[in-house]
Amino acid sequence: MALPQTITSELDALVTHYPDRRAALIPALHRCQEQLGGWLSPQTLEDLAAYFGLEPVEVFGVAFFYPMFRLRPRGRHLVSVCHNVSCSLRGAEQLLEHVCKVTGAPVGGTSPDGRFSVVRVECQGACANAPMLDLDGTFHEDLDPERAERILRSAP
Amino acid sequence: MKRVDRYLLARVDLPDSHTLAVYRAHGGYQALEQVLRKPWKPEQVTQVVKDSALRGRGGAGFLTGLKWSFMPDPAKDPRPRYLAINADESEPGTCKDRVLMERDPHGLIEGCLVSAYAMRASTVYIYVRGEYRVSYARLQAAIDEAREAGLVGRRILGSDFSCEIWMHPGAGAYICGEETGLMESLEGKRGHPRPKPPFPAASGLWRSPTTVNNVETIFNVPFLVLRGADWFKALGTKGSTGNFLCGISGHVERPGVYELPFGVTAREILEQCAGGVWKGRRLKAFFPGGSSTGLLPASSVDVVMDHDSVKAAGSMFGTAAMIVLDETASIAQLMEVTLRFYDHESCGQCSQCREGTEWLHQIFRRIVRGQGRMQDLDLLVSLANGMAPAKTICALADAAAIPTLSAVKHFRAELEQCVRLGRDPLATATAQSPEHHEAHA
Ligand SMILES: Cc1cc2nc3c(=O)[nH]c(=O)nc-3n(C[C@H](O)[C@H](O)[C@H](O)COP(=O)(O)O)c2cc1C
Ligand code: SF4
Ligand code: FES
Repeated sequence: MALPQTITSELDALVTHYPDRRAALIPALHRCQEQLGGWLSPQTLEDLAAYFGLEPVEVFGVAFFYPMFRLRPRGRHLVSVCHNVSCSLRGAEQLLEHVCKVTGAPVGGTSPDGRFSVVRVECQGACANAPMLDLDGTFHEDLDPERAERILRSAP
Repeated sequence: MKRVDRYLLARVDLPDSHTLAVYRAHGGYQALEQVLRKPWKPEQVTQVVKDSALRGRGGAGFLTGLKWSFMPDPAKDPRPRYLAINADESEPGTCKDRVLMERDPHGLIEGCLVSAYAMRASTVYIYVRGEYRVSYARLQAAIDEAREAGLVGRRILGSDFSCEIWMHPGAGAYICGEETGLMESLEGKRGHPRPKPPFPAASGLWRSPTTVNNVETIFNVPFLVLRGADWFKALGTKGSTGNFLCGISGHVERPGVYELPFGVTAREILEQCAGGVWKGRRLKAFFPGGSSTGLLPASSVDVVMDHDSVKAAGSMFGTAAMIVLDETASIAQLMEVTLRFYDHESCGQCSQCREGTEWLHQIFRRIVRGQGRMQDLDLLVSLANGMAPAKTICALADAAAIPTLSAVKHFRAELEQCVRLGRDPLATATAQSPEHHEAHA
């Protein structure tokens, strides 16, 4: 298989930003994850390796290193709850517990209905508006469990 | 506290502050025009930065002009030259660069252009942490607008100066904020820091001369060009000039990002900006500059916030990210969370760091759970002393050791009491806190 042409044409432009094409690998992993179902399948990693002329294991090693890259399928929505210092001082653990209750997903797992995956993440740079969560790439800040519940319930 | 003459945040509250039109209407791109039209020699720009004694805002406080002067003479070294902007902002407690990038992106773009001109770099990469999607989008839109207006790209404003600016996203690894980890990551690899020397100015991105600077550092540069070094020096203290952005978080009434001159005290920031400790409680401790800096007890709250004074008080100015703990907070629990972070983020190249961060994390973890032993206190100290200072490839090991040593130094009695009681009386219910991070894959 090969990457869809919508992605390769974007990548063809990206690689020109660098003296060495390989530098576009991390942006490329992001593009693929966003456009191919929210995770990086073994097939996608192999296709990217072919595109960049790298060994698949090399691409896997890079993807594995970075917490934002997901190597297993996940639920339709990804909820990331910050559990670092500033957030934990303002109730991140209680928030996380409530998020798990509302979504039915365990920490690090997916709800039985496949709608939500929930993960812990490190400081997101929202410390002055703690606690926070990230729902599908959008920050929600200054949360309490009730507000978080409303936000999660309104997710399609 | 004297009135603050704001410049870093002067534009952020304007409607549409992120657009070129608003930026221009408030003096934007005048520094670039001045430098290119007069024209200034590149060395003149570097000289102003040197004269201003601007220190880096990314954590280490290194003199910016001095760093720039390490770039080799282009007449003798024909390699391409790069400026990399460190917008990875992932030191716990730090949330200041984001304000500039989201709400005044052109200010950073102009800073990049003037700085690249000074260093004769023709390519700038802005390495933004992957989670900052708004910052990324705002900066990309600003670059596009600037390019359209002839401010980015070939022959800028009709001069001989050409400069490209490219955005580059990270993907959630703290270690990519370390400047050599950042360069590895930008090259498309795992963010494993490189041993130094060689330093980036000698051999950086693709083995070419490179300077890495923090967002807020570079944001200062256009103001230096327009207002001069004397103006800048008059704002701060002798060793730390200008204003800085302070993010204050944790147990305070009004957490936020505030612009302040060096020389204010931690108490002034806490009481006058942040409205004091929340819920009418008393102060117990604070990190002055992010979780990698030494924890200070309440008795240090009158410390003057500048690099030398915070150091003299036994900590570091760091990223000026004050994290405040009220009297009810558990030190053991705070340290478990803090060390869990460094354990998770260690890249694993150095055994002291890879093993040391895990040990420190596990020891604090068992103290919180009432399973600590009396000898654990000395064990924490000896482990931390085995990790730092400067025993590893990069300073992440120091960042784990420093708060550990300060917590044991100032709060040994509290930690010992947890051991004696077989429980941490101040711990809140967070029993689910993972022993190891769930695999993120
Ligand atoms: C583990 C670690 C993480 C770091 N993270 C950041 C960061 O997120 N942002 C930043 O600007 N500097 C960070 N730094 C500091 C950089 O290595 C470097 O000193 C800085 O970007 C230089 O810019 P400045 O001189 O303008 O401050 C980090 C350092 C270490 C050791
Ligand atoms: S000190 Fe830690 S993070 Fe830095 S290079 Fe060594 S193992 Fe990696
Ligand atoms: S600690 Fe949660 S966003 Fe910084």
